Amino acid sequence: MENKSHGGVDLSRRGFLKSAGGLAAGGALGQGATAAASAGLLGDGVERASGEVEIELTLNGTKRKVKVEPRTTLLSVLRHRVEPALTGTKEVCDMGSCGACTVHVDSKPAYACLLLAIDCQGKAITTIEGLAQGDTLHPVQQAFCEHDALMCGFCTPGFVMALSACLDAKPNATLDELKEACAGNVCRCGTYPHVFQAAVAAQRAKQAGGAR
Amino acid sequence: MKAFEFASPVTLDQALAELPNDVAKRDSVKLFAGGQDLLTEMKEHLVEPTKLVNLKRVPGLDRIELAPDGTLVIGCLATLGALAEHAETKNFFTCVAEAARSVGSAQIRSQGTVGGNLNQRPRCWYYRNEHAPCLKKGGTECFAYSGLNKYNAILGGGPSYIVHPSDLATALVALDAQVTLRSAKGERTMALEKFYSLPSEGDVTRETVLEPAEILTHVRVPAKSGWQSTYLKFKERGSYDFALAAVAVAVKSDGAPRTIRDARLVLGGVAPKPWNVPKAAAALVGVALGSAEGAASSKRAGELAVVGAEPLAHNAYKVPLVQGLIVKAIEALAAR
Repeated sequence: MENKSHGGVDLSRRGFLKSAGGLAAGGALGQGATAAASAGLLGDGVERASGEVEIELTLNGTKRKVKVEPRTTLLSVLRHRVEPALTGTKEVCDMGSCGACTVHVDSKPAYACLLLAIDCQGKAITTIEGLAQGDTLHPVQQAFCEHDALMCGFCTPGFVMALSACLDAKPNATLDELKEACAGNVCRCGTYPHVFQAAVAAQRAKQAGGAR
Repeated sequence: MKAFEFASPVTLDQALAELPNDVAKRDSVKLFAGGQDLLTEMKEHLVEPTKLVNLKRVPGLDRIELAPDGTLVIGCLATLGALAEHAETKNFFTCVAEAARSVGSAQIRSQGTVGGNLNQRPRCWYYRNEHAPCLKKGGTECFAYSGLNKYNAILGGGPSYIVHPSDLATALVALDAQVTLRSAKGERTMALEKFYSLPSEGDVTRETVLEPAEILTHVRVPAKSGWQSTYLKFKERGSYDFALAAVAVAVKSDGAPRTIRDARLVLGGVAPKPWNVPKAAAALVGVALGSAEGAASSKRAGELAVVGAEPLAHNAYKVPLVQGLIVKAIEALAAR
């Protein structure tokens, strides 16, 4: 799931773009981070945050400190504010309509674009990068590969996260329940039949495997 | 999104102290719960609050419980997902659980709250377009009236023709739910039906009578022994969507065959508020569920439910649609 580095060169799309356009973009970002920062308790017990504040998020089991504004979405943090970036979570509509940014928040599926990062403190966030255990893919990931459940692949992480959340919570979900679980995800290539086949196959694999 | 302050109080009184009393400033401070509607409004620049008051650190507001007298008490921060899965709600207040489950997607239900769902803003595409200065946004014209109004109101419209988008509200009104509104001055309780206002009745830019410095803290649904209910929603697509039309039906029946003794019928997706049709519900009383006579009374209820309907150019389909949903919902209850 990690971007593989070959001979010291980061071959991921993001790594390439960064090294190609790096300095100019970096300069612009640096100047943006000048908003007044204030956070904390002001005696009345009401915690207030405005401007840029440092928060701690638990991303794929690892605690990460990150600077955000209250308006910063979790999606923005994942893709733009942690290093290495967790770009498996895709940004498409940014309005909670497409499902491409689906992550798990305390094991439940959620749209990262409709979560404020500051409100995600203390919650366990799992992204597609955190779904596999070492080199062992989650049964849903494995089934998507085996059943060719993707075409362009852009929606795929969102579907995998939606279906894995459902199967982890409801191992005996019916096909209708599996379809309902990813009713909030859109695939514009129209791969739905293979997605559903993969979901059923993943369920069988989980039931046979027992452990996950 | 424009920058804002994020204030997280730990008591309701602290939260209330953050809210402005001035009606003109009501959109400068917004309550933040699940954020599933509010953040989309902010991203579209429909509201640009300078402060969000985060309710999630106030303990206990997410509880769903059955009071000793059988009343279902739902805290405003209970998620739609939790309500849809709540055993007593499914058993005794079935249409409420069904409506909660029909909202949005699993991703939205895991975060979206009961309070947020009941207070969500309209889906009309003129309202949702920041460049359309419609009545709902303080403008002078409802563009839907003479525009593309396929999704707009057939009942209760004018001068604005939005439909209220909440599935949950439709089901809760059918079960005579009450809401508790808390302000610094104290608490007031009212029927959820009265919480919603028609555009012709009050401030056309709002859908409810909630005051700027009030918080909807709880919903109470009275025990309904001997009642059954169902929520039936028709969407344009199989995946998640808002209702083109929906019905919540509740009946009290006894005997064998089961004879309807009392009934409630509320329409969703067709009017600016949950559209309660007691005269249509009365047509169901006295007949046996599942009988030929029952089928005729369902049709009759459908006719009465749409009395006064004034479809716009593109939404006359909602009239037969809602009538069909009524028949199907009552058939579903008869089959249980």
